[in-house]
Amino acid sequence: MSFTPRRRRLSAVTAAAAAAALLLSSCAQSQRDDSGDNGDSGSESSVDGNFIFAASSDPKSLDPAFASDGESFRVSRQIFEGLVGVEPGTADPAPLLAESWESSEDGLTHEFTLKEGVKFHDGTDFNAEAVCANFDRWYNFEGIQQSETQAYYYGKLFRGFSDSPDTAVYKSCEATDEGTATVTLNQPFAGFIASLSLPAFAMQSPAAMEEHGADEASGTAEAPELTEYARAHPTGTGPYKFDSWAVGQDIKLSSFDDYWGEKGQVTNITFRVIDDPVARRQSLEAGQIDGYDLVSPADVGSLADAGYNIVNREPFTILYLGMNQEVEELKDLKVRQAISYAIDKDALIRQTLPEGTKKAVTFIPDMVNGYTEDVEKYEYDPEKAKQLLAEAGYEDGFTVDFNYPTGVSRPYMPTPEQVFSNLSGQLAEVGIKVNAKPEKWSPDYLDRVQGSANHGIHLLGWTGDYNDTDNFVGVFFGGEKPEFGFNDPDLFEALNEARQVPNLEEQTPMYEEINKQVSELAPAVPLAHPAPSLAFAERVESYPASPVNDEVFNQIKLSE
Amino acid sequence: MLRLIGKRLLLLIPTLFGLSVLLFLWVRSLPGGPATALLGDKATPEAVARVNAAYGFDKPLVEQYFQYMGRILSGDFGSSLLTNRPVLEEFAARFPATLELSAFAIVFAVALGIPLGYWAARHVGRWQDQLAVLLSLMGVVVPVFFLAFILKWVFAVQLGWLPPDGRQNPRIDATHYTNFFVWDGLITGEFDAAFDAFTHLVLPGIALGTIPLAIIARITRASVLEVQNADYVRTAKAKGLAPNLIRNRFVMRNAMLPVITTLGLQLGLLISGAVLTETVFAFNGIGSFLWDAIFNLDFPVLQGFIIFIALIYSLINLVVDVSYGLIDPRVRVS
Repeated sequence: MSFTPRRRRLSAVTAAAAAAALLLSSCAQSQRDDSGDNGDSGSESSVDGNFIFAASSDPKSLDPAFASDGESFRVSRQIFEGLVGVEPGTADPAPLLAESWESSEDGLTHEFTLKEGVKFHDGTDFNAEAVCANFDRWYNFEGIQQSETQAYYYGKLFRGFSDSPDTAVYKSCEATDEGTATVTLNQPFAGFIASLSLPAFAMQSPAAMEEHGADEASGTAEAPELTEYARAHPTGTGPYKFDSWAVGQDIKLSSFDDYWGEKGQVTNITFRVIDDPVARRQSLEAGQIDGYDLVSPADVGSLADAGYNIVNREPFTILYLGMNQEVEELKDLKVRQAISYAIDKDALIRQTLPEGTKKAVTFIPDMVNGYTEDVEKYEYDPEKAKQLLAEAGYEDGFTVDFNYPTGVSRPYMPTPEQVFSNLSGQLAEVGIKVNAKPEKWSPDYLDRVQGSANHGIHLLGWTGDYNDTDNFVGVFFGGEKPEFGFNDPDLFEALNEARQVPNLEEQTPMYEEINKQVSELAPAVPLAHPAPSLAFAERVESYPASPVNDEVFNQIKLSE
Repeated sequence: MLRLIGKRLLLLIPTLFGLSVLLFLWVRSLPGGPATALLGDKATPEAVARVNAAYGFDKPLVEQYFQYMGRILSGDFGSSLLTNRPVLEEFAARFPATLELSAFAIVFAVALGIPLGYWAARHVGRWQDQLAVLLSLMGVVVPVFFLAFILKWVFAVQLGWLPPDGRQNPRIDATHYTNFFVWDGLITGEFDAAFDAFTHLVLPGIALGTIPLAIIARITRASVLEVQNADYVRTAKAKGLAPNLIRNRFVMRNAMLPVITTLGLQLGLLISGAVLTETVFAFNGIGSFLWDAIFNLDFPVLQGFIIFIALIYSLINLVVDVSYGLIDPRVRVS
């Protein structure tokens, strides 16, 4: 593993923070001078602490254990904290509510030493008992709570509940003393610590959950119903406490007075729901909001010119061109290699993807453990592509269906239509003609591509949740899927084995090997790691952009 | 009069029943199914199958229908697949917004449309008439979403006179009891909040009200032209009645009948206009929510909302019919 890039990034972050601090102190100074006769304001600086952020939708739930969508997590991250946080600017785990942890050699026992003096918003203490209450709560989810729409991440990562102990990763939790919690697993899970940084595993107040019926699941009708807790009483240890939620309108949070850490300049947060991307942009331009996420690449330039602050996240995404091996031509490795050689990723990125996008060599971004460039890279080489096609018996090329979604914008693919036309042009250069097969994103496109064999080459991607190769490659190639239409027991087995290795030192080389293996198989072409952008009003001097969206607003720096 | 109302209310039963059957069948025959909408893009086919089984989407249609009707009759419209909240609660939270917006739009349309139509009729054939006809033609042909977009871009984004979206400035601390924001501001004495909510109504209200305005102006013009040449108007003139009296009691009162019919129809159509307007202005009413529900195949919301809307539409028409009687005594007699 190389440490240089990370250190450079860290020092860049430090430098930026120092610069911001300098700027800030001078601003605060001048403002203090201005408001000399208004001495009783008392606060450190006289910035407007109301921060309004446009969300693209309401959160699904304020109980993060039952959420898996970005908008829920965005709100959760302000209210809740987990045992494990994220190192700023990276996807690596860092201490948060647990000051440190020690894992046993076999990877089965994990002892967490907890931060002292932390209180939940309801005034109860955060301690080892609360930690165990949370672990036991997840483990004891039953019935509809276990469904993918509810405890998605727990089900996915801990693979079993108390009524299915055979597959479950989690075994028990013991509060050794007030400040120490010991979690025991049934089987090693190398991603355990990293996964705890997900908001789904944030620590919630056991007293508040009890009082407001967080586990009173009612799902007798056609859909599960949000509990009272998940609607109006989320209670965590984070810098902001919940005030109100007007559905479809806004969610309001305010500073938690007894927060253990830095409170920050932002004292009140409003998440306004604006579902139309154009409306979000116009709202920023009209000064109604302070910022919004997933700025369309076409808007980035003009917003930046107009003086708005554009912040790019380090990409933690992958966009790929999948190849369905149920299709006669695509079954041939030479054809898949030819397609890989035929694509000029640099041109694609330059022409259709946002600033900050990185070219993809494998299916994982470079900050993920197990990343290696020692793989078959398929550098752009149209002559080689033609030659491979000829060897495969397609001297005159062939025609293939190209499925792509329309009218949708994903963090890894802001404009699928443009990516499609760019790639189909490049494929035509080497003699591969495509039948355009556009479809509405959900459910049509996803159904066809992920649920049926009836598609050809197609565009899809992913945003990672935390630092783990399995969270990318395991999701795509961990088993037989209609999306790719191949069955390779060796690869499936290698992924399954790597997942169960208890420590990173052993796991990393295994994943490097797997990345090589995938490259040789060429089941898809990794195209790019697009970087999602955010836009902010001029007064927002810095925003804690995170590749895994671990962005807590007490870190925001404002100038006025 | 009471008999008329009673008869019309009884007619609602078969109407709503038929609608519920249609809705039920239509919604369930849509391709894709609800499970994908529910699970999102990370769903596996197994998960989809599991959800279908858990929620009964795999049961025979007849069985599903009887369960569905049973629940509706007991007031349980289920929960939204998207938000996991009861459909009734969603409707109650959003309907006041649409009603407020529609009220603004219709007041705008009537307050400008009727005078415009009358003015055109009084100057029939002259430039005033032609101008009014041209304006109303433009009002009808410009699509709502386009007008909404232009209004917003000019008056909110470029000039900054009015807010571009939402119902209330989040920087204002407003108390909401009824979800009618203007009304809430007035009864709590938070007049700044009431004014702010009102400014948020102006642009979407104008966008939504323009088509009804144009139609009302044209109907008023045609109707006034017809009535002002009627025998009884000529008689009134011959009797030497004051022109104001003739206008108010003879011309306008009679000319208003077709206008009211149109108004009733337009009120119902406002809902479909609201879908687009509310989306452009991020106005949190039933229109924008219904839009999301359609795109995400949110079954329970579609079923519930369409029934509520049909009910409201029927009631509006009932009110329109009753108001004929108030304006035109001849209807009362027959």
